[in-house]
Amino acid sequence: MNTAQLQSFCTAVRRDIINMTANAGSGHPGGSLSAVELVSAIFCTQMRVDPKNPRDPDRDRFVLSKGHAAPCYYGVLAELGFFDRAEFETFRQLHGILQGHPDMKKTPGVDASTGSLGQGVSIAVGMALAAKHMGKDTKVFTVLGDGECQEGQVWEAFMAANHYKLDNLTVVVDNNGLQIDGSNDEVMGLGDMAAKLRAFGFQTIEVSDGNDLEQVLSALGTPGQPGRPRAILAHTCKGRGVSFMEGQVGWHGKAPSEDQRRQALQELEG
Amino acid sequence: MSEKATRAAYGEALAELGAVNDRVVALDADLAHATMTVTFKNAFPDRHFNAGIAEANMTGMAAGMAAMGLVPFCSTFAMFGAGRAYEQVRNSIAYPRLNVKLAMTHAGVSVGEDGGSHQCVEDLALMRAIPGMTVICPADANETRRAVFAAAEMEGPVYLRLARLASPVFEEEQPFEIGKANVLREGTDVAVFATGLMVSESLAAAQLLEEQGVSAAVINVHTIKPLDEACVTEYAKKCGRVVTVEEHSVIGGLGDAVAEALMGKVACGFQKIGVQDRFGQSGKAKEVLKEYGLTAPQIAESIRAFVK
Repeated sequence: MNTAQLQSFCTAVRRDIINMTANAGSGHPGGSLSAVELVSAIFCTQMRVDPKNPRDPDRDRFVLSKGHAAPCYYGVLAELGFFDRAEFETFRQLHGILQGHPDMKKTPGVDASTGSLGQGVSIAVGMALAAKHMGKDTKVFTVLGDGECQEGQVWEAFMAANHYKLDNLTVVVDNNGLQIDGSNDEVMGLGDMAAKLRAFGFQTIEVSDGNDLEQVLSALGTPGQPGRPRAILAHTCKGRGVSFMEGQVGWHGKAPSEDQRRQALQELEG
Repeated sequence: MSEKATRAAYGEALAELGAVNDRVVALDADLAHATMTVTFKNAFPDRHFNAGIAEANMTGMAAGMAAMGLVPFCSTFAMFGAGRAYEQVRNSIAYPRLNVKLAMTHAGVSVGEDGGSHQCVEDLALMRAIPGMTVICPADANETRRAVFAAAEMEGPVYLRLARLASPVFEEEQPFEIGKANVLREGTDVAVFATGLMVSESLAAAQLLEEQGVSAAVINVHTIKPLDEACVTEYAKKCGRVVTVEEHSVIGGLGDAVAEALMGKVACGFQKIGVQDRFGQSGKAKEVLKEYGLTAPQIAESIRAFVK
């Protein structure tokens, strides 16, 4: 997939996010939209996966540690053909395969059940460690929220990633700067995240605009360092792509109305 | 009767299991010499993973390893494994029904000297409440070995409750099937359902009761969930009186599991022997058990008073 194709892919995912959350009347559009380039680029350019064989034991693994960005994840998986886009109708609906937060038992292509913040990254560390132990060349990717990094478990997991020299693990922080109750700085300042990641032993790549595909692709393409886990600290914009959602705390966990859906989709015309 | 701690039997069983199942790995949180996963570590150093003092991450790592096809046995003290990491067990392991075996030691007040902060008397309640969790509390060293192998044999999350204190090893080895209680002694006046270290205490209590003219059946309920409801119902009906004995809070553990099974089905007298909504405390293990009324003579006295 070339960059122009990937750009259209991202736009399609953004439209999916708007449609899913509007249909459901609930969900998390803000943090889904900020992560679109990150998740899309990982799946489309980095991972060995086969949508027709989602349980292939030799596939690479992806863990959406910020599980509330499920609409972004589902959009990417559907655009890749893991399941039919008609399933979007079941998002957050009773008996649906698309739960409010990712459920590995229900959704083809989902490798870990997440949503309770801080837990996905530990699961990803366990997967990377198991892959090494089993002599597999599996790569493991996980996307965390910045607010999520307030969970102590995240730092336990980071410590373990370094201790076990997990150079098959890439941790991506979707640093959109906002969380439910306000900005990170207002709620609980994260300090110098890049310095912290480096101090925890990560090869740390900072991306000034994590919604710029060229920058994201360049970061993901940076060769890893043997014996070190890799972190990409991507500064993103919450609600990116929909003018009235961009940078707005209020769009963390609120669905667009029908009017807002129309306006958003208009703005997202390919 | 020889004595051996169920945690010691666990370490040996895990090493034995590791020799025949190369998917088995162990995780520990800086307590390998206490949980006895060190026995496995000595046999298979590259299959033992220390998470450091970080139980939440250990639990998540075990989930990730299970998702990759390994069979992780995850150990620390029950207080931390079932308590501190409860939500990780619930969401990272049980919710996706991952094949992780949680073998938690130092459960109950028989931890002794370390005191109430380290004596988990709520783990059965916590683990039992999680959908799909199998909960096992072996009565002795031999049963622990069988439980470890049975847990590995089945697919899905299992909680194994193990003890620090060396306890009697039964001379006769019992059959072990998950979910199937073992009747160790027949009786007609009262059915005593016991689990873990309280099984040997209850057997000794039944012997004392016999001398006082009370006939007590003793049933080893090694699997708290799924509970052997058929056995529980049968003996409750047969004896008309039920006593449960556990080294756990009387809230949410074996006693409540048995009560739930009988509720609305069998009318009978019911007494729960266990830790009566209190925290534990420091002391020699046997002194602490006595303080909480969990020794054979005290159990016999409680039952005698109840039956009378």
